[in-house]
Amino acid sequence: MRVLSLAGRRLAASIPTLFLILIGVFLLLQFAPGDTVDAMMAQMGGGDAKTAEDLRRFYGLDLSVSAQLASYLWRLVRFDLGFSAIYGKPVATVIAERLPATILLMTASLSFAFFFGLILGVVAARGVNKWPDTLISTVGLIFYATPSFWFGLMAIVVFSIYLQWLPAGGLSDITSTATGIWAVLDTARHLVLPTLTLGLIFLAIYLRIMRASMLEVLNLDFVRTARSKGLDETRIITRHVLRNALLPMVTLIGLQAGTMLGGSVVVESVFSLPGLGRLAYESVVQRDLNTLLGIIFVSALLVITVNFIVDLIYARLDPRITTGA
Amino acid sequence: MEIVRAYFRSPPAVIGLLLLLVVIAMAVSAGWLFPRDPLALAGRPLVWPFTNPRFPLGTDNSGRDIAAQIFYGARISLLIGGVATVIAVAIGIVIGAVSGYYGGWVDNVLMRVTEAFQTLPNFLLLLVLIAVFGSTITTVIVAVGIVSWPAPARLTRAEFLSLRNREFVQAGRTLGLKDLKLIFGEILPNALPPVIVYASVVMAVSILLESALAFLRLSDPNVASWGNLIGLGRDVLRVQWYVSAIPGIAILVTVLAVSLVGQGLNDALNPRLKGR
Repeated sequence: MRVLSLAGRRLAASIPTLFLILIGVFLLLQFAPGDTVDAMMAQMGGGDAKTAEDLRRFYGLDLSVSAQLASYLWRLVRFDLGFSAIYGKPVATVIAERLPATILLMTASLSFAFFFGLILGVVAARGVNKWPDTLISTVGLIFYATPSFWFGLMAIVVFSIYLQWLPAGGLSDITSTATGIWAVLDTARHLVLPTLTLGLIFLAIYLRIMRASMLEVLNLDFVRTARSKGLDETRIITRHVLRNALLPMVTLIGLQAGTMLGGSVVVESVFSLPGLGRLAYESVVQRDLNTLLGIIFVSALLVITVNFIVDLIYARLDPRITTGA
Repeated sequence: MEIVRAYFRSPPAVIGLLLLLVVIAMAVSAGWLFPRDPLALAGRPLVWPFTNPRFPLGTDNSGRDIAAQIFYGARISLLIGGVATVIAVAIGIVIGAVSGYYGGWVDNVLMRVTEAFQTLPNFLLLLVLIAVFGSTITTVIVAVGIVSWPAPARLTRAEFLSLRNREFVQAGRTLGLKDLKLIFGEILPNALPPVIVYASVVMAVSILLESALAFLRLSDPNVASWGNLIGLGRDVLRVQWYVSAIPGIAILVTVLAVSLVGQGLNDALNPRLKGR
């Protein structure tokens, strides 16, 4: 219960942050050249000034900036994100259609990066300054420096064009009529390359942090105690060291949630996945500012949610956090 | 000089420095080796690398020399990395210093703003800034700088929090030094080393951010940027994959060089933490 109240307090503290972001971006978008009505008129193939004026009045764009902001925030409280003129649907619907793909991609990449980062970090730390460590650290550095979109393109060249093992894009095979387990497997096959592409840089970061944190914990007194008790090395690592060394890794998930969401913009474009990131890119290109603002809101909400979950995990891993503070 | 010697004792740091010097040499010699406009048509489109001595790295979809674009691209990447980093670190230092030095409500307000910037995915904010202010090379550089300041700010603040009550600061205060002088003249020089080391991370990320933006064709199309070339090569990826492959390697090498130099500096400045 204490865990929940602590994490809940942190959650409540993030509400002002959320409003700060929305107000800031809303005001920023006022400087954008052209508004939604201009974009609509362009899509309709032009129109007279009278129509534009009517449309502006209809969408409330003739009001003062502060009045527009107030009405936007008031609608947000009721989870109404407005209407996307480009897609001809409420923004909330457009985003809801795109959200699952992004969440799927992020979860897969995060699991991949976390799991392999953990293993490689442990292996590197156990043989510190020997060849496995040097190899893993070098590979990590190279992964860290690789632009994700470029890695994605090269992966398409190798695995989709030359070897033809994996599909080059999309979330499922449009010609397939598979259902049930086969449809799931088909989507999984489509997600392999995007997951690797998005996860690569995070894998590099996680393995580096894991290695450092393992080295730190391995030097602590309680590990020496465990060794002198005669425990075997595997047991020391899994039961004693890992739990403590995991803390910085978990912190990093919260810190990197936003970066990962930003990275998915690029990765979803490379693999033409119907996700939130691609929607963000499209709404920038099409000047669909209402949708863009909605995406900002949902992304910030997503980052805050991830951090809430991280707080819960953190408290589970280290009971001192709830009793101490 | 102890630091310099410690730096050169580490092979990765030396390799990083050499790579960085190569990139800098490319940027400097670009105008001399390729006097023509790198974005001008030079020959037949899609010449494979190593087949025509006139175009050692081949030509892209519209017949522009890839080698020339790589050399000029080094200028753009270093320019973006350098200037955006200076902007980000400068904003970060001012906000972090004021926040850490004064504490109280000033700290509260500034940290709320920092938190807001960190909650918003930085690439999304970059997209918003580009959508609003357009995508000339200047706006791209400034925008990249603006989205990257929170981490240096937090680092500076942490340093200031640990330094602000040290004896030398109290001595300065007793001597009647003004706040501004204390912050920038006394505390900042002591808080700077970790921030400078962190600047290498900011620089690596800035180069990657701009290349991603250019790949999405949202950066300045009128400069020879590596990201632009990768985006262009995407259209002919099926067969002429080298158009995308070559500039990607250039980005990889540059970012790797910057990270290695940063890590080398870090190890040289904090010998105790070596190998972490």
